[in-house]
Amino acid sequence: MGIRERLSGNEAIAVAMKQINPDVMGAFPITPSTEIPQYFSTYVDNGEVDTEFIAVESEHSAMSTCIGAEAAGARAISATSSCGLCYMTEMLYVAASDRLPITLAVSCRALSGPININNDHSDAMGVRDAGWLMLFAETNQEAYDNYLQAMRIGEAVGLPIMICQDGFITSHAIENIELVEDEKVKAFVGEYKPEHALLGRQNSMAVGAYATPVYYMEAKRAQAQAMMDAKDVIRKVGAEFAAMTGRKYDLVEYYRMEDAEEAIVIIGSSAGTAKAAVNELRAAGKKVGLIKVRSFRPFPTEEIVAGLKNVKAFAVMDKDDSFNGHCGPMFAEVAASLYAAGVSAPKGISYIYGLGGRDVRVESIQRVFTELADIAATGETGETYRYLDVRE
Amino acid sequence: MSYKASEMTADVKWRDLTPGCNIFEGGTSAVVETGDWRTIKPVLDMTKCKQCLLCVPVCPDMSIPMTAEGKRGEFNYFFCKGCGICANACPFGAITMVKDEK
Repeated sequence: MGIRERLSGNEAIAVAMKQINPDVMGAFPITPSTEIPQYFSTYVDNGEVDTEFIAVESEHSAMSTCIGAEAAGARAISATSSCGLCYMTEMLYVAASDRLPITLAVSCRALSGPININNDHSDAMGVRDAGWLMLFAETNQEAYDNYLQAMRIGEAVGLPIMICQDGFITSHAIENIELVEDEKVKAFVGEYKPEHALLGRQNSMAVGAYATPVYYMEAKRAQAQAMMDAKDVIRKVGAEFAAMTGRKYDLVEYYRMEDAEEAIVIIGSSAGTAKAAVNELRAAGKKVGLIKVRSFRPFPTEEIVAGLKNVKAFAVMDKDDSFNGHCGPMFAEVAASLYAAGVSAPKGISYIYGLGGRDVRVESIQRVFTELADIAATGETGETYRYLDVRE
Repeated sequence: MSYKASEMTADVKWRDLTPGCNIFEGGTSAVVETGDWRTIKPVLDMTKCKQCLLCVPVCPDMSIPMTAEGKRGEFNYFFCKGCGICANACPFGAITMVKDEK
C-alpha cells in the first residue's frame, strides 16, 4: 500500500523527481510549470537530493544543459511549458537524434496569440515530430505514475521522453494521490548506467556527429525503429508498474468501448469529463465509449484501429489546431491509422476544443455524442472540421 | 554494429550504425577523408620552395605536414579541399593550383 497524500500535479512531479534523485536538472521558469523546478530547488537546497541544479538563462539553454549532462553519462531532467517548449525546439531534435534519454515534464499551455497562459495542447503538439516519446496524463496520479515510468522507457530505447499534463487543470489543482514508497521507486527506476559516456576514460565517445547524405537517412531510419520499439517497452514497464501499485497503464485506455457504436478519442484531463458524459449516456441506454490516448508518441495505431473498427461514428478531440484547413493533429493520426489498416466504414469527425483554457463540460462532450448519434443514424458526416463550444 | 569510425563506410546499413551516429573512440578525424570534394589541388614545385614555412600555418586543415627534420612535407591530399590559401601565401610561386583529375 502506497503513501496517501494530496498534491497538485506539479508538486507530484517534483516529488517523483525527488524520489528518483536524478543527477542534473537544467531549468528555466515558465507558467504553469514554474512550480516544478521551484519545489525541486528546495529539495536541492535542503539536501534531500544530490542533484546538480543548474539555473539557466533560457529554455534553449535548459535543454542544452540536459543534452550535455546526459551525454556525459548523467540522468538529466527539465520542466517547461508553452513558449518555453517552443524555445527548446531546436535542442529537442538534438536530444532525440543524439539518442539521449532525457526526461522533460511539460505542463501544457496555449501558445500566443492572443497571449494566453491557460491550458491546451498547442505546445506539446507543436513539437510532436521532434522525435520524443510523449505520454499524457488525465489526473495528478497519472502524471506522477507516468513520471516514475518515464526513465525506464526512455533509457530502454535511447530516446528522450516528455511527461505531459494539463497546465493548471492538473498542474495546480490539488487531488488525492497515492505515492509509491521511496525505496520502491528507487528499485523500480534503477540507476542509469550507459554503456558509453563523455565522462570517464573507459568507453569514451563523441556525441553529435556530422552526417553527410550518405549516412543521414540511415541514422533517421534507426531513430524511427527506436520509436517503434518503444511501444512494447511502454506496455512492459506499464505491466511491471501495475504489479507494484495495482494501477494499470497501456498505450491507450478503452473506456466502456465494449459494443460502443459512437466513440470519442481524447487526450489528457478532459478524458475525465468525457468519462462522466459517457457514464450518463450509458445510463440512458446509449452505446457510447471513449479511447484515451496515453502515448501520443509512439502513436498507438493498432489500439486505435482495434477500438474504432466496429463503431459507426467517432470524433477525435484535439485540444489544439494544426491550421491545415481541415482537421486537428490527432484526427490526422487516427484517420491515417484506420485507412492504413483498410478500415473505412466508421464515419469520423475532427473536433477542436478547449483552446486557451476554454472550459470543457460534461454537456459539451454530450453534444458531441449527440452529433455522432446523428451521423451514425444518417450516415451523413457533414462538416468534418468542427470547433466545440465556440460562439456563432 | 560498428563502433569504429573507420568502419562507417558508405555501404554501412542502418542497423549497423551506432545510435545517433555517436562515435565510441577518440581522434577519429584522422581516419575520415575530407578531401574527397576537392576540384582543384595545390602542387608544390620543390625547386622554387625556400622552406620559409609560411604555407604551413595558413592551411585550415592538416594538409601540410612537417617532417621530423623541420621541413615542410608533401601535401596530404586525404584532407586537402583545394582552398588555395597556401598558393596565395607562398611568396616564391612554388605552389600552383591545378585541376584535380580523379
